Amino acid sequence: MSADGLFVIGATHHRVPLAVREKLSLGPEAAAALQAEFAGIEGLREFAVLNTCNRVEFYGVGAHSDVAARISAAFCARQRFDVLEFEKVRLELRGRDAIQHLVEVSAGLDSQMLGETEIFGQVKEAYATAQASGTTGPVLNRIFQKGFQAAKHIRTHTAITEGHVSVANVAVDLALNIFGELTAARILLVGAGEVGEKTARAFQSRGASALTVASRRLERAMELATALGASAMPFEQREARLAEFDVVVCATSAPDVVMSLVATKTAMHKRPARPLFFIDQALPRDVDPAVAEIENVFLYNLDDLAKIAEENRVAREAEMAKCRVMVAAKSDALWRQVATQIEGLANRVEPRSVQQEKPA
Amino acid sequence: MFTDFSDRTWLWAAAGFYFAGFALGTIALLRQGRPSGSATLLLIAFGYALQLAGLGVRGRAVGGCPLGNQFEFYQFIAWSAITLYLVIGVTFRNSLLGYFTSALASALTLLSLAIPAWDAMQRTHIFGSNPWIELHAALAVFSYGVFGLLALTSILFLLRNHSLKSKHLGGWFSFLPSILDLDHIGVRLLVAGVTILAVSLGVGSVYWVRDMSSVNLTKLIVTFAIWLAYAAALGLRLRGILLAKRFSWACLALFVAALLSLGPVDRSRHPVERAEVRAR
Repeated sequence: MSADGLFVIGATHHRVPLAVREKLSLGPEAAAALQAEFAGIEGLREFAVLNTCNRVEFYGVGAHSDVAARISAAFCARQRFDVLEFEKVRLELRGRDAIQHLVEVSAGLDSQMLGETEIFGQVKEAYATAQASGTTGPVLNRIFQKGFQAAKHIRTHTAITEGHVSVANVAVDLALNIFGELTAARILLVGAGEVGEKTARAFQSRGASALTVASRRLERAMELATALGASAMPFEQREARLAEFDVVVCATSAPDVVMSLVATKTAMHKRPARPLFFIDQALPRDVDPAVAEIENVFLYNLDDLAKIAEENRVAREAEMAKCRVMVAAKSDALWRQVATQIEGLANRVEPRSVQQEKPA
Repeated sequence: MFTDFSDRTWLWAAAGFYFAGFALGTIALLRQGRPSGSATLLLIAFGYALQLAGLGVRGRAVGGCPLGNQFEFYQFIAWSAITLYLVIGVTFRNSLLGYFTSALASALTLLSLAIPAWDAMQRTHIFGSNPWIELHAALAVFSYGVFGLLALTSILFLLRNHSLKSKHLGGWFSFLPSILDLDHIGVRLLVAGVTILAVSLGVGSVYWVRDMSSVNLTKLIVTFAIWLAYAAALGLRLRGILLAKRFSWACLALFVAALLSLGPVDRSRHPVERAEVRAR
């Protein structure tokens, strides 16, 4: 059984620093042009290109072992990148290992943020693009489709995707633990910096719609509010109008407290039955720590959020052993299904290029 | 073959299923896993059917709703709580509520089965031929089932509040519903319980007004005090005075008081009859 026919080559975040990945990253036009070039490589039966911010990978089925080297050369030439440098850092896996890699990538096990789910959609998109271009065939069709099923199985039957690992998403999870859903939650963002904006966007991505921005510079608050599709209010009104909000994200660079105990008590007096959730992402802290003692008020600062994110990350890593066993079993089964097909393709008397196989 | 089974056999089997639901959830939680909502629901549903059969056999034997002694009270309260769980639990897809309900139901049913004295007498035709009195009694005990589920919701609320305040959110705390959802469920259950008990007391009072000697004063005072306490809790909650943790503790304390009141109520109803049974 030949393992060489099926391969994946590329560059990922594991071995390639961000500065180099920037040089290797493919824009939409470059990706299309490269695909056209690949289609002309003799002996390349099938291929698909996965291009994300953390990886550029080429999955292929070749008639002989030097097809992968030709792909590397074509890629480096297009990106004006030294082939020898690329070979020092490149990922190259063949046969069963290539299948295992695809399953791991699809399940988020190979991601920088372990267990993230966005990559699954990106792999699916890469496959759909290749399929639409007619560059996939029986082998890649099978390993991608079965690989997706395997990834879904792993995500469903392990806790690898449970608990967010980014501070912004941890804050949203906490809000969900308090309010159940965010569609009706009113959110106040105090401070118009990058940290607050990130958290506000995380809230919006999980269903929050009623967002208000308050900043010392009203024009900056209005600018961010426009970008977020939110409303703005003067910074000075933040405490007087506190009772109107359910979640308060504080991320200013103010040297003193911007949410006082007195203002919080007054606000809770007006809405005693509804919880109030403070997310204090500022340093020095924006919210008086004493507010945590008030009934129905919940306060989480930067350290609290980071600690939860870290606990979630550790929990996900603990699930890796279970995931690896599943990945190995799925990869073995899939490899047994496609190995003969790959050998058949490699031994074909007159190899044709992918372009020649494309439907009219 | 099942026709030969006595009412207590059915009820033991029902208690076994409730306990199995509780044990299954405990094992899952000890393994840091989520209690299986569907498995718990299935076990509870089986237990519910068996309990219904047992109460049916007992009901036919006593010629009415089986609410003649403390054993039957506890069984009926567990049955009522499960009835509500089968509506609320399924709606909210809350596996932990199922776990806690199975714990409550197995505790109430096993305790009542384990104390033979509570079932020492099976009074027949206690409601005479009056269906209104039977309805009054059934609604009163059903409301206790509602309060039982409210107590469970209160426990869940206190656990969720503790996890959020202490910032311990991992493990099985992550399976708890949101604090706002629990609060809403709690208020709805309290409204339902107070209303059902009020209707029960309303129906009973019609007969009390006609013949004051027909109702024991102890039973009347205790039952009315329980209703009044729950109604006061509801009033304070709706006015925003009794909230969050204090509201949950109040609901828990009231349920314990309600359960403890069943003994005196039962003893006060037929003291002569009880004395006769003991003498035998």
